[in-house]
Amino acid sequence: MIHELSWKAVIFFSIFVGFTLGLSFWLGRKAKSSEGFFAAHGQIPWFVNGIAFAGDYLSAASFLGICGMIAFYGYDGFLYSIGYLAGWIVALFVIAEPMKRLGRFTFADALDSKFNSPGIKLAAGISTLAVSIFYLIPQMVGAGVLVQPLLALPHWAGVVLVGTVVILIVVTAGMVSTTWVQFLKGTLLVFFSAILTWMILQKGFKVETGGNDGYKFRTLTVTADDLTNDDGSLGSLNNVDVLPTPEGWDKTKQSYVHLRDRQTKRTTVFHVVKPATEGDPMTLTEAQTVTKLADGGRLINGLPKGIGPDQAVLHPIGYLKSLPDGKTETGPVSPIEFFSILQQSEVVLWRNEKILHADKTETTVYYQKITPGSQVLRPGENPIFKGIRSEKFSDKINFLSLMLALFCGTASLPHILIRYYTVKDESSARRSTIVGIASIGFFYVLTLYLGLGAMTSGALDLSDDNMAAPLLAKSMNTWLFAAISAIAFTTVLGTVSGLILASAGAVAHDLLGSAFGVQMNDDEKVRVAKISSVVVGAIAIVLGILFKDMNVSFLVGWAFSVAASANLPSLVMILFWPRVTRQGIITAIVVGMVSSLGWILLSAEAFEKVYGLDLLKTPAIVPFSQPGIVTIPLGFLTLVVVSLMTQQRQKSRMAANGHE
Amino acid sequence: MQSRNSRIGLILFTIYLIVYGGFVFLNAFAPDQMEATPIAGLNIAVLYGFGLIIGAILLSGLYGFLCREKSSPTSQEPRA
Repeated sequence: MIHELSWKAVIFFSIFVGFTLGLSFWLGRKAKSSEGFFAAHGQIPWFVNGIAFAGDYLSAASFLGICGMIAFYGYDGFLYSIGYLAGWIVALFVIAEPMKRLGRFTFADALDSKFNSPGIKLAAGISTLAVSIFYLIPQMVGAGVLVQPLLALPHWAGVVLVGTVVILIVVTAGMVSTTWVQFLKGTLLVFFSAILTWMILQKGFKVETGGNDGYKFRTLTVTADDLTNDDGSLGSLNNVDVLPTPEGWDKTKQSYVHLRDRQTKRTTVFHVVKPATEGDPMTLTEAQTVTKLADGGRLINGLPKGIGPDQAVLHPIGYLKSLPDGKTETGPVSPIEFFSILQQSEVVLWRNEKILHADKTETTVYYQKITPGSQVLRPGENPIFKGIRSEKFSDKINFLSLMLALFCGTASLPHILIRYYTVKDESSARRSTIVGIASIGFFYVLTLYLGLGAMTSGALDLSDDNMAAPLLAKSMNTWLFAAISAIAFTTVLGTVSGLILASAGAVAHDLLGSAFGVQMNDDEKVRVAKISSVVVGAIAIVLGILFKDMNVSFLVGWAFSVAASANLPSLVMILFWPRVTRQGIITAIVVGMVSSLGWILLSAEAFEKVYGLDLLKTPAIVPFSQPGIVTIPLGFLTLVVVSLMTQQRQKSRMAANGHE
Repeated sequence: MQSRNSRIGLILFTIYLIVYGGFVFLNAFAPDQMEATPIAGLNIAVLYGFGLIIGAILLSGLYGFLCREKSSPTSQEPRA
């Protein structure tokens, strides 16, 4: 699909960015102290802080990633919504109030509240940086991906644009401006998603044979004999030749037929659906192909990519093949009917297969897969989650491990934890978490409607699942599309500014200020934090450009695993176990971080997606990809064992410090 | 008061953990059960999933309600 420059999106985006920067500069006059820079003077009202939690937390992965995943595979993406929200229960019931009570600027403060140990600050500071950088990369790459279709700018320009705006937001007024940007973004995201959901329900369902460009995909019923005769007719088509299977296509898992029109000389690929009983007529459904040429060009369905004559673009997809009771249209549906009708319908989903040719070009063939609604609404269709239907025990453990990491990860993310220091007391911390849960929960309920709405919108781009939500909006209304696209940008801005601020706090407050004992007065500390923000922002820009061609959405999952393994054991144990020692915390953070990171780097997922290895030739070293189920308990175990081993030294040290 | 709040928090946390754990284990070890449609044509996957999200919102509201009488650290007023 070719995206034209949308002036409406440019206007919306400019208004948002202009307003945000104006607000930052205005607020920046008031936030000169380190108290202001790191914690907004603890003066943010709890309701604003609660919505800002939503703005901080609902990253591009939540909005674009989950919607896209649901739009292409059904229910599975919603498992992320459920896990991400469940993590907030840990944050509210276990972490929120003590976090506020014990800390000042960073979560390392809370861990270190009993010990005043540079070692703890060092370990916690490094883990903050590691988690934040993991989280930053997909956000920055996402910014570049968004900019290409909307503002018609190259990828790097999007990354630089977002990076620069975020650095300005953070440097001008630190936590004060970051909070208000996140508040704005949280409000807009939830509000517009609700409008979009309402429009989906009003529109209802309709049976179609193609997407919203008006192209009708052809379906032929043929016998095996039809494919071998050469009278130019095939099923209901006339004047076509069946071509011999081209080079490379003989090794595909699915089977395909190439048909050439005798008049236009154009070739179309059809996917062969084998009949249930042999000898019955078979069905051919029209497929689409994208060929990557050696010079970087693209052929779409055999023609050069473009919108001119003798050029082609991928046709949009996303439609129902049938509705219950033979209906062709439903009219408006209720939020419950939405699922009960879809449950009994048939959806045309598309799957793809890659074909490597001898001349190093690569063809991706997209073919239709008619799927009952009951399968769309059940877990286990996406490759990431298909393990739950596997017989292998390790596949099931992998799923449990992911769901555990999502559950434990939220309350261990440094950029979320620093938001507990922006309110005045524990009860505000609690209330803002409740507001956060309500708004985030409401949004996650909407994700299932948005994703399934996109699945049936007729607007999906086969080559880019991240664009499902914006394209859904485009199918409704171009102004809505502009607004949603601009919000997607602000989504990146809000989350990235939180991450950069958390990293700057780790560098200036934890590492330089405490771990390395650099003496700084308040002004110097703010200056160091601002310099760190610029440096971290610059690193994020570089990484966002370098990782451009990599599928990076799984990095968010890694960030959750590392955060949960490194930080959660110490956070929980310092609250509930009086015998925790300094050495216990330091070792637990280091062991949790190194083990989860090491596990990830040795996993099948990394072998395949990061190093580009063939798993059949070099099998992964660890038995499943998600580390959480091993490394989170390992972190707890390490903490307990090391603490028990160092009890005596702890006492003498506390006595020497004048403690009891 | 701190200990009262954290006790309530831990009880609610345990309740949620059990329900969430039930969902995860059902998915992992009996995925076919998720396809049953007991109420209004909705399947278990959608019902349980929405239940977990709405349940989290309700539990957090309940927690806020139960903790309401807690005094802020600076306030010395006796509670009624």
